[in-house]
Amino acid sequence: MLADALIWHRLQFAFTITFHYLFPVLTMGLALFIVVMKALALRTGDARWDDAARFWIRIFGINFAVGVVTGIPMEFQFGTNWARLSRYAGPVIGQTLALEGIFAFFLESSFLALLVWGEKRLSRMAHFASAVALFVGSWLSAYFIISTSAFMHHPVGYAVGPDQNLQIVDLGAVLLNPWALLQFAHNQAASVATASFVVAAVGAWYLLRNEHTDFARRCLTLGVGFGFVASLVVAFPTGDLQAKAVARHKPAALAAMEGRFESGPRAGITLIGQPNVAARRLDNPITVPGMLSFLAFGTFQGNVAGLNEFPESDWPDNIELLYYAFHIMAGLGTLMIGLMGLAALALLTRRLFTSRALLWALALAFPFPYIAVTTGWMTAELGRQPWVVYGLLRTADASSQMVHGGTALFTLIGFMGIDFLIGLAFLWLVARELSAGPSAHPHGTTAPEAAHG
Amino acid sequence: MADLWYVIVAGALTAFVLLDGYDFGAGMLHRWVARTDDERRQVIAAIGPFWDGNEVWLLAAGGALFLAFPKVLSAGLSGFYFAIFLVLWCLIGRGLAIEFRSHVADRMWRSFFDTLFMATSLLLALFFGVALANIVRGVPLSADGWFSLELFTQFRATPPVGILDWYTITVGLFAVAALAVHGGAFLALRTDGVVRDRARLAARRALSGVIVAWPLVTWATAVVRPGFFDAFAWRPLAWLFVIIALAGTVAAYAGLRNERDGLAFAGSACFVGGLLGATAACAWPALLYAVPVEANSLTTANAAAPADGLRSAFFWYLPGLLLAMGYFALLARLHREKARAGDYGSHG
Repeated sequence: MLADALIWHRLQFAFTITFHYLFPVLTMGLALFIVVMKALALRTGDARWDDAARFWIRIFGINFAVGVVTGIPMEFQFGTNWARLSRYAGPVIGQTLALEGIFAFFLESSFLALLVWGEKRLSRMAHFASAVALFVGSWLSAYFIISTSAFMHHPVGYAVGPDQNLQIVDLGAVLLNPWALLQFAHNQAASVATASFVVAAVGAWYLLRNEHTDFARRCLTLGVGFGFVASLVVAFPTGDLQAKAVARHKPAALAAMEGRFESGPRAGITLIGQPNVAARRLDNPITVPGMLSFLAFGTFQGNVAGLNEFPESDWPDNIELLYYAFHIMAGLGTLMIGLMGLAALALLTRRLFTSRALLWALALAFPFPYIAVTTGWMTAELGRQPWVVYGLLRTADASSQMVHGGTALFTLIGFMGIDFLIGLAFLWLVARELSAGPSAHPHGTTAPEAAHG
Repeated sequence: MADLWYVIVAGALTAFVLLDGYDFGAGMLHRWVARTDDERRQVIAAIGPFWDGNEVWLLAAGGALFLAFPKVLSAGLSGFYFAIFLVLWCLIGRGLAIEFRSHVADRMWRSFFDTLFMATSLLLALFFGVALANIVRGVPLSADGWFSLELFTQFRATPPVGILDWYTITVGLFAVAALAVHGGAFLALRTDGVVRDRARLAARRALSGVIVAWPLVTWATAVVRPGFFDAFAWRPLAWLFVIIALAGTVAAYAGLRNERDGLAFAGSACFVGGLLGATAACAWPALLYAVPVEANSLTTANAAAPADGLRSAFFWYLPGLLLAMGYFALLARLHREKARAGDYGSHG
């Protein structure tokens, strides 16, 4: 397998998309927070909401810049590394990707510029409108890219043309793919949860240090409020519905996610355990009996297929990783609901701002949603294997056969080096912003260049 | 329908070169036209609100190519593998340099990103010129529509060809000079004080280079790709583009001499756009010209996606572009005044 270029193509896409997505996952959720803060400023006339928004716009700007530059290579890698996929499915996924460029990227880039550079030039209402446009643009962008992904998970609206390549028959069906709607709801809720954890963590951090306390309370209130709702929505109904869809459409993936090798009713859900693929069993399992059947089919009697029902050539090709990714996501998702539930309770009973234990937990918990989101996407993409377009094109037949392993590994190593440096610079810049605090930039100076004197 | 999409792809690519081209040009000249931190912040402020949107045109063109000519996109991007990643890495470094530079008031930090901004801008202009030259010269497409090019072979423009050879590098350098004119004219228009004066000077010098090199590059093209200019015989559109390019040169020259910066910028835009238009008109119907077996070329006839999909996509792509132009107009109107000297205190 290592002699094959395929592994390097796969690793490169996995690495670059994983690193890239750490940034948009925050900015999409944060855009919502900025809209809410600016709306509160307009409604209440309280300029401190504007100050809060300005701090988060700066954090947003740094994240967005890294998101843009790490995102540019993604679209190109369809052609460079997955040329046979592009040739085969381009008439369909080319449309959704082009839609993203035309309707989302232009909107985002233009209105981010207005938001960052334009506070002094625009009226308050127009500045608020820019925030809304940016929010809409970033969520539209997510929708188009998710509808591309959804087509690859659950192809609809296409036909196989005379040259054996796909052609688009119904763009509306591709865009309204039920898989896309489910994935989008789940993903956007997770993005709001991520931003909530980050906003709440910053609030908790400042409050623990007794700095910028007014700003910190505002962040905590919004972060915990949105965080509790979003964490719940991630699990129910969106996660639950998605699991049911996987059970119905990709039973082999569900079996691998749960490390289930044998079919049968009253299937238990595994809390912990290690899949032993060679021996076809789960080692040291701790399970909740009947739960998987209930979650997948709504009845404890539901028969959940095991991997034994599928030919090995159709098994996901990394069962262990798929299993762990799914369990880490689900475990952290549960933890997030618990923590935000406690924090929301404390907020309602007016004890959150003085509870040091909870503030510490919130300040430290911000990596959870990032890990959960990453493992969630790993679950989705590993679960689709061995297909790149489910049921139509295998991953092994999709890579660029003109690009050999030495070339692909060269660029993978290059990306690792570049992304490492970007990561360092990013962390350093964000740390600086955090230590400078929300009051470091008085009215109207969101842009690094816009300061007069 | 496929020919219409050829026009759309070429048009979007030209828009990308015209728009991002001026900020490539500004980047190349950055450390030279702007010496102090205030002056450099003036340059960054002149392109700051625009560069990201300008770059989206590359994605818009890529998207159009993907949906309309998936065979060209897949063969081209995988065939030019190395060059594509060099471009992508430069785009990454350049975007970060613009965005990160002014976040930290530290001399070494800023100096590092200023140099990175300049180097990546220069390299990108070079690479895009090299890419265009590769398309004109031709690539070794096989009968099943794939090719793979090494970064360099023997630097000859004859098979076995590499991405870099004497011809493609020459065109790359020509692109550097042309975009230096364009970027210089842009900075002259959008700044004032010494930055404007130096930008005018740089643009004027680069323009003399362009005027000398243009006939030479044209001659080299005729040598490397005999028959490329035959199209002039029956495509009046190609003539029109050449006339636009010529008029642009004259306008740029006059504008730079008489300190009429708007005229100079319009002139350089006409020059770059006209030249690209003429190239696209001559290259049609081939999107990827094949050497040595011309019959393997990917053309609008054999590489297009099915017509139904193209027809329906046309009805959202064009309104989408109009919408994007609306945003650009709004942004340009809000930032219509110059980035002035002295606006930027030595520490923000």
